[in-house]
Amino acid sequence: MSNTDHNAVQTGLSAHLKEEIDHWLTKFPPERKRSAVLAALRAAQHENNGFLTAQQMDAIAEYLQLPPIQVYEVASFYSMFETKPVGRYHVSVCTNISCMLCGGEELLEHVEKRLGIKVGESTSDGRFFLKREEECLAACTGAPMMMVDHVFYENLTPARVDEILDSLK
Amino acid sequence: MSDDLVNIEINGRPVQARKGQMLIHATDASGDYVPRFCYHDKLPIAANCRMCLVEVEKAPKPLPACATPVAEGMKIFTKSPKAIAAQKAVMEFLLINHPLDCPICDQGGECELQDLAVGFGRDVARYAERKRVVKDKNIGPLVSTDMTRCIHCTRCVRFTSEIQGFQELGTCGRGEHVEIGTFIEKSVEHELSGNIIDLCPVGALNSKPYRYSARAWEMTQQPLVSPHDSVGTNMFAHVLRGRVMRVVPRVNEDINENWIADRDRYSYEGLYSEDRLTKPQMREGYSWREVDWQTALHAVADRLNAVARQDAGQIGVLAAPSVTLEEAYLTQRIARGLGSNNIDHRLQRSDCSDQQFDPVFPWLGCSIAELEQTGSLLVIGSNLRKEAPLLAHRIRKAAVKRGAQVAFINARTYKYLFPVSGYLASNGIGMVDHLAAVVAAAAQAKGVTVPASVNALVAKAQASDAHRAIAAQLSSGERRIILLGALAQRDGGFAQLRALAAALSQITGAQLGYIADGGNTVAAHLAGVLPHRGVAGQSLPASGLSAADMLDAKLKSYLLVGSIEAQDLPAGAIEKMRANGFVVALSSYASAKDYADIILPIGTFAETSGTYVNVEGRWQSVPGAASPLGEARPAWKVLRVLGNLLNLSDFDYENSEQIRDELRNQTGNVIADNRYHNTAAVARHSAAEAIEVQLYSVDAIVRRATALQLTHEALQARAGEQA
Ligand code: SF4
Ligand code: FES
Ligand code: FES
Repeated sequence: MSNTDHNAVQTGLSAHLKEEIDHWLTKFPPERKRSAVLAALRAAQHENNGFLTAQQMDAIAEYLQLPPIQVYEVASFYSMFETKPVGRYHVSVCTNISCMLCGGEELLEHVEKRLGIKVGESTSDGRFFLKREEECLAACTGAPMMMVDHVFYENLTPARVDEILDSLK
Repeated sequence: MSDDLVNIEINGRPVQARKGQMLIHATDASGDYVPRFCYHDKLPIAANCRMCLVEVEKAPKPLPACATPVAEGMKIFTKSPKAIAAQKAVMEFLLINHPLDCPICDQGGECELQDLAVGFGRDVARYAERKRVVKDKNIGPLVSTDMTRCIHCTRCVRFTSEIQGFQELGTCGRGEHVEIGTFIEKSVEHELSGNIIDLCPVGALNSKPYRYSARAWEMTQQPLVSPHDSVGTNMFAHVLRGRVMRVVPRVNEDINENWIADRDRYSYEGLYSEDRLTKPQMREGYSWREVDWQTALHAVADRLNAVARQDAGQIGVLAAPSVTLEEAYLTQRIARGLGSNNIDHRLQRSDCSDQQFDPVFPWLGCSIAELEQTGSLLVIGSNLRKEAPLLAHRIRKAAVKRGAQVAFINARTYKYLFPVSGYLASNGIGMVDHLAAVVAAAAQAKGVTVPASVNALVAKAQASDAHRAIAAQLSSGERRIILLGALAQRDGGFAQLRALAAALSQITGAQLGYIADGGNTVAAHLAGVLPHRGVAGQSLPASGLSAADMLDAKLKSYLLVGSIEAQDLPAGAIEKMRANGFVVALSSYASAKDYADIILPIGTFAETSGTYVNVEGRWQSVPGAASPLGEARPAWKVLRVLGNLLNLSDFDYENSEQIRDELRNQTGNVIADNRYHNTAAVARHSAAEAIEVQLYSVDAIVRRATALQLTHEALQARAGEQA
């Protein structure tokens, strides 16, 4: 029996999420629950329309018996996690070197104009979040490119971008 | 050469180092200084600042001394051009974002970054870019933050995870956006949290109450010993023009290492509370009059003499368990000089029925450092983290680092930030029953009968697996100890608990120890501030009344020494004292007006020379750090004059050392011995539960420490009281 600060009752995790976390837990030694944080956060963010709430992170911490701060650390470190409310579709336009040379920056400008927001902002209807991408998205052969959630769109033109954005409801 | 050692060379000199040590251990041992920020002796190695880069022969690049293990034949250069160039380069990186606000930074003058920048920084910055700005965090009333100054060494983070035992601070964000903090707004809540101030190598974390009040170089540094618990924590007061501006740790590996509890660090604020008394006071009907010392002292002496002439048994003397050894001894001399044995410091002890079996002084049973080495502990009746935060820290180390089995028997559940092998909280059955069941289980396992003293207590005991587990953990292995905490000592059933604990010790062979209740309780025992014993445990022809009894007896006069307040006494004490009595208080605070007729204002622990004897029996004398406020005087001087006015013989002490030495000469033969010699049966009876130990309400000074009172801990405790 252990009597530490972090063994309170579990709250706030959906059955699906628990299943998902349990699945990942089987892949690590039992005393390495911390290893499952990343997978847990990904699943939680997915469930919550693209961003994490403090409650979700606390619930994950409780479930994995970790101090909450260790979950916050991971969530704030990785750019694929959002810890503030953002739009449903995460749109990132790559502006790293290959894309930049092929017009990525102009493409980004176009998207900003089209959505009426700057990088890092979300549209007021909650549809789009124009995410800052820190690094090359590894699709240089198809530059310029953009990523929407987990889907890559390559060899883009402004017209093609408009088409893609219009198709997202 | 032993297998454990390797031969290395540091700056051309051959030295030996232990296998597995890091280069920085070897260079520190050989006196070759290597600059560092993230490395700290007491924390796990992070190696993230890179300030400690040194040159190692054959290594292609400079290596971090704090994270490179020594190896046979290594040649290390700490000051070679390559090493210095690397160190200077790291410094240049660190200064890219560090603000140049040293003139308005509290850390200025005692900043590791400032110091090292003098040695390793460039005169002119090569960066013209803007420095980054980081929002400050509110992490509670004790620690101020200026996060723009943070260099991300993570010492504070590692302190919360490794020393506190629950990570509260973290590194959030990434790369240039990394920030140290709690992520969500939250205060850092731990009884040792203030230590992150000393750990922080820059001015990012500082003392909130001290903020902007002095400069490090204008203050003088005076040694103190904390009076708030029985650990005997070593600290320094930093004093400016006679006033304590802040308190910091004084390193003593045997006692507090380099830590102090928040209570020790911030209690000084209570020295300067608004209700500090600076002049003697006399009650006049419903109002109070300030008088001079002459008048007050004569009035006290006349009154005490008058009562003593009629019946000295009508005098009751109470001393706070935090008074100095010298104050305790003189208080005792006055009480007995007047002919009264009604003297006590055990203000919270309700069960004195077996006091003749008390040890001469309650001893921990081992040294504080040895606590870390224990293999098995049973703690009975103790809210450990609140009673003695630094003992809790040692026990935590035993549990976490050495896998010690630590079990508790308590009336309630308290949180411990380490694995606990067993926790028996009352749940309807009292501590006595749980302990009796453990004794029964131990006796059964060993096939022995229980000692006669506890026969009646154990008779009906029902041992469960939980009880048997604790009995088993105490019965084998190295270094086992049973500790009776303050809550046990305050419990109405203390005689039963002690008889059982002693029986358990006898059956299992585990050592019996006490966590003394009160800061200088051991000294009070040695000084004879007890109704049934004189100096050094001498037996007396007749016993006087214990604290609780002398209050119940509604005597004609009381003398209270050491800023005693209603909260320090059993319920109803004030009414009882005031019923017939004339009450004299030696107190620093106006709260004594609640019960006293005459108040003699005394200096606090920081304003008087004196001696503290900790729970290991270790004597520590300090010279006094600050000047007493106004006309307040050190209590030993007040008692000395009172002794003179009462015409007590040999009362002409010139300094506190004389008093200490006089007592010391009489205690030479006392040895620490907790053995329990009772063979008569201890009867079973139900009794009232002990009063809680509140972390930030242990004495009058702590109660007035403003910042401590704003902590979540204190606010919750107060809310609980009102509920
Ligand atoms: S706040 Fe201080 S101790 Fe904590 S990481 Fe920053 S510099 Fe280090
Ligand atoms: S630079 Fe855009 S995908 Fe590589
Ligand atoms: S002290 Fe070695 S890397 Fe920081």
